Amino acid sequence: MSATVPVKLIVNGRAHSIDASPHHTLLEVLRDQIGLTGTKECCAEGECGACTVILDGEAIDSCLVLGVEADGKTVLTIEGLATGDRLDPIQQAFLDHGAVQCGFCIPGMIMSAKYLLMTNPRPTEDEIKEGLAGNLCRCAGYSRIIAAVTAAAETPGTK
Amino acid sequence: MRPAVVVDIKEVADLSAEIAEVHGHLRIGARVVMTDLMADDRIRRHFLALVEAASVVGSVQIRNRATLAGNICNASPAADTAPALLVYGAIVNLIGAVGARRVPLTEFFTGPGRTVMQKGELVASIDLPVPPRPAGAAFGRVTRRYGVDLATINLCCRVDASGETRFAYGAVGPRPFLVTDSRGALTDLAASGDAKAEALRELIAQASPISDVRGGREYRLAMLDVMSRRALRTAGERLRAQ
Repeated sequence: MSATVPVKLIVNGRAHSIDASPHHTLLEVLRDQIGLTGTKECCAEGECGACTVILDGEAIDSCLVLGVEADGKTVLTIEGLATGDRLDPIQQAFLDHGAVQCGFCIPGMIMSAKYLLMTNPRPTEDEIKEGLAGNLCRCAGYSRIIAAVTAAAETPGTK
Repeated sequence: MRPAVVVDIKEVADLSAEIAEVHGHLRIGARVVMTDLMADDRIRRHFLALVEAASVVGSVQIRNRATLAGNICNASPAADTAPALLVYGAIVNLIGAVGARRVPLTEFFTGPGRTVMQKGELVASIDLPVPPRPAGAAFGRVTRRYGVDLATINLCCRVDASGETRFAYGAVGPRPFLVTDSRGALTDLAASGDAKAEALRELIAQASPISDVRGGREYRLAMLDVMSRRALRTAGERLRAQ
């Protein structure tokens, strides 16, 4: 397929008009066309969650969505969380609790945590584990990640 | 694969994203995703075991995209929603160039990854008949990991006020399947343990598990007994709570 499809999407509050190849995933469009490489490609089949973004308010694996499907939609990626130098409370908590080891799973983890706290502001530990069950950490940093999300949930202003 | 044209069926308006009430059924549109099912008050009230099943499919991210229709069309023998849909008497509404037809889910799966669907047919919706009598159902699953895993076994049990017990089993045969006990031993609180064990044995005997990467045959058979008993107990509690 050589013909591209015009796609208009809003990423982290900014409008983009691009010509997307129909077979490219949203992950590929975000990374390779729009240049936001914070979202990671890992398994490319929806098993690891490294590519998690929030599309029209729902956490999804961006490797399983075609770029053309994002036409007319709003995307929030890891790059959209901080405001200037001010980190999102979830990002700050991950730093404070040593939850970042190699770092590769972290954007996906934080986006899943963001979605969890958007939909359930005071999760139990079991609910945190369920909410992050779609994100794998090969460094096995889970306990500190859970501690970070717990702390973020208790921070005023997290949503 | 070099198709000339690709159509995103999620953009086809005739494929509904709603759950509608139609003639004593809940009609689940082809574009309804797992998260929608879990949140719907009517599904929670009448089809709680389907909510339980939908809530273990994949992950949060997957559940926000995975449709109920897609789960049955993929026709994995381990499809998590299939046992719940089977005990609830689901009917599949198909549409295609040749017209429309209704297929009971018990006849829908023909083998691993295979269904009765013909080329050019789509699932328009899945109907669940709202039960006329009080009923209780429970879903159970054994997996190796806590999340994002395929079932080693999955099952659903449904009991109703008539004493009929239905079990549906997945990942223990080429397709998910339904078995029914109408004699009442499994729901009769006064029946002997032996009578119940015998009735359960006859139902489980219809499973044909194999040994594969997710579990051995003997383990699956053992878990069928354990999980059947748990689901039966929970289903009975839910029936009595009504």
